Amino acid sequence: MSKSLNLTLGTALVSVLLSAPAFAEKLGLGRVAMPEEVAAWDMDVRPDGQGLPVGSGDVLTGEETFSANCAVCHGEFAEGVDNWPKLAGGAGTLDQADPLKTVGSFWPHLSTTFDYVNRSMPYGNAGTLTPDDVYAITAYILYSNDLVDEDFVLSNENFAEVVLPNAGNFIVDDRKDTEYTKFSAAPCMENCKDTVEVTMRAAVLDVTPNVEETLAPVVEVKQIAEAPAAAPEVVVPATAEAAPAAEAPAVEAAAVEAPSAMAAADPTLISAGEKVFKQCAACHKIGDNAKNSTGPILNGIIGRAAATVEGFKYSKPMKTAGEDGLVWDAVSLDQYLTDPKAMIPRGKMSFGGLKKAEDRTAVIAYLSTIGG
Amino acid sequence: MSDEHNTMKPAKGTTRRGFLRQTAVAGAGLVAGATAAQANAPDPLIVEQQEWARAFGEGVDATPYGLPIKFESDVVRRNVEWLTADTTSSINFTPIHALDGTITPQGCAFERHHSGAIELSKADYRLMINGLVDTPLVFTYADLERFPRVTRTCFLECAANTGMEWAGAQLNGAQFTHGMIHNMEYTGVMLSTLLAEAGVKPEGKWVLVEGADASSNGRSIPLEKIMDDCMIAFKANGEALRMEHGYPARLVVPGWEGNMWVKWVRRIEVGDQPWETREETSKYTDTLANGTSRKWTWVMDAKSVVTSPSPQAPITHGPGPLVITGLAWSGNGAITRVDVTTDGGKTWQEARLAAPGQKMALTRFYLDINWDGQEMLLQSRCHDETGYVQPTKDQLREVRGLNSIYHNNCIQTWWVKADGSAENVEVS
Repeated sequence: MSKSLNLTLGTALVSVLLSAPAFAEKLGLGRVAMPEEVAAWDMDVRPDGQGLPVGSGDVLTGEETFSANCAVCHGEFAEGVDNWPKLAGGAGTLDQADPLKTVGSFWPHLSTTFDYVNRSMPYGNAGTLTPDDVYAITAYILYSNDLVDEDFVLSNENFAEVVLPNAGNFIVDDRKDTEYTKFSAAPCMENCKDTVEVTMRAAVLDVTPNVEETLAPVVEVKQIAEAPAAAPEVVVPATAEAAPAAEAPAVEAAAVEAPSAMAAADPTLISAGEKVFKQCAACHKIGDNAKNSTGPILNGIIGRAAATVEGFKYSKPMKTAGEDGLVWDAVSLDQYLTDPKAMIPRGKMSFGGLKKAEDRTAVIAYLSTIGG
Repeated sequence: MSDEHNTMKPAKGTTRRGFLRQTAVAGAGLVAGATAAQANAPDPLIVEQQEWARAFGEGVDATPYGLPIKFESDVVRRNVEWLTADTTSSINFTPIHALDGTITPQGCAFERHHSGAIELSKADYRLMINGLVDTPLVFTYADLERFPRVTRTCFLECAANTGMEWAGAQLNGAQFTHGMIHNMEYTGVMLSTLLAEAGVKPEGKWVLVEGADASSNGRSIPLEKIMDDCMIAFKANGEALRMEHGYPARLVVPGWEGNMWVKWVRRIEVGDQPWETREETSKYTDTLANGTSRKWTWVMDAKSVVTSPSPQAPITHGPGPLVITGLAWSGNGAITRVDVTTDGGKTWQEARLAAPGQKMALTRFYLDINWDGQEMLLQSRCHDETGYVQPTKDQLREVRGLNSIYHNNCIQTWWVKADGSAENVEVS
């Protein structure tokens, strides 16, 4: 490794300063990990294919699996929805302004896609896909990036043959050579420049009193949080930038307005339901300021006809169910939450369902307290 | 005075715009008030008996676990909502503009989750070591507490800290430009101690660390670094880690980017090659102007920022004595010196370090000046023990281009106006 002298020297000093424990004999703590335990947790897959499970999946199956599990955030064509990551496109953009970094345009190894989908997806329901599902989804993502044909089948056997277009364009950190010497000159302390001009201002909050109504300029802010945020650039009006809004209380505030029909529900049950709801909260917002997100808002869901939240783009099957008279009540919600795909096949909700009846009862009791 | 203080502290929902306006007004009031008191009448806070000097205060146990007094309710983490699709995979910012000293209280230390903060009890906690080891092992939390222990203070900086500023001055506040950082005193067990228990095979060169949460946030770390100074920490600032920081145990990787400090750490696997996980390929790599990308850019280079005065911490007292203060840190070792300019870099003076710099930990600096009430272009520039001097944004752009996101350690400029307010700007 490349950390060489500095780190080694640093370490020596730190060890002295730190009074680290004396080099220990084995203490005999812990216990031997059983093979089944190692197998359960050691799911990772490496660039050379180490760790791949046996299995296979084709593009067309992948399209269906992707549509059912991934498209709600990543789009039917892996093009990304809202701020969620785009997985396809962007070829040839890396040396241009605002590069689009996707599996096809940027990711160096296919193993990364398989490993991440296998361990961490679908978002909010991780670890529920079979190996064949993951092969199929990975094949579909390759297809979405025009890297394979529609009859392509990906398996543990041909996995290592797939080379992604950007694989050769990564270099190991070279700051030591390209930056450290450049940034180590003794700096100027006096008469360093004749003039100083402000060349750019944060588009700003005017702090002068009584000008709040002044229309704020548009700020372009570089997107940083890499997580599910995909778009490298977001254009946001400066007013939205008043970030310090308190959000948390919304839920409790809304909870006060319990509709009378189920107002008698047990407070313990409601509070248990609030906990269960955490599994839903990534996609479904509730409360006064709730907005449609990955899923529709759930304010006043009890007693509402299915697929009727304004502004939310429902799947066709869900719309049809609503038009056919499906109304969300304790019974229909319980059925839906048991196995969403069984009740509304090809619906948008990728959530696998709540297997425990008491969880469903609790979350329905909680939702009944969230007024519309 | 206490009343003005109250009006200065906005309720939690107050916008920053509102906060700044209130602050400016209250500040003006303070100056005027003090002058008036001097000129006309004795201070009622002194000559009139106050309620708190007459009656009882709260008894013990009123708050079994103490929280900051209500007057400090604006000293909180803040999120920039539109940055991410959802708060379960998002980030917020430490209110560094309002803190002093070097230790970040856990309750306002920034959070970064990839699939939400999980509730994992000590009883349910397991740590596995597997891969190229003589004996794969499983430890419980109780096991961890029986190993020889170390305590060390380290900063954790997200690689994306200041990342929004590449294209130009953007966010108006040190909290938002530099708040993806915290500094805590960690207690835990050296990873070298735990790995010695399992016995690393000679062909072991890399380690995969992964968390117990749904994202698992796997990262590859060279074995050399792991054996050198990495730690499994279970205490921070003397108490248990907070849930949002990985309770009951997280990885500490001194000086290296925050994403590697895996929270709720559940597995350490020794291997002979890097894993090239999502978090070290598609993210946390640095694309240069020619379209190639640097990988394995783990170290956080030397960086500093003036935390006050700054846009969220305007000067409220008028001309005269002024404390300029800020933070400096380096992932390559200790901070040895910090320079401050008030004229945009024409002239620099050396600031006073509150204490000698510690390796891979925050250093507090002060510059005490007599402010003439004129506008200032405030910057700080730090030096570390390797001789590295914090660069300007232009120097960084020259090497890296404009498409970078991570590792922006440039010199920051605050334009402090005559009225004491401040703005995030770039200068020539």
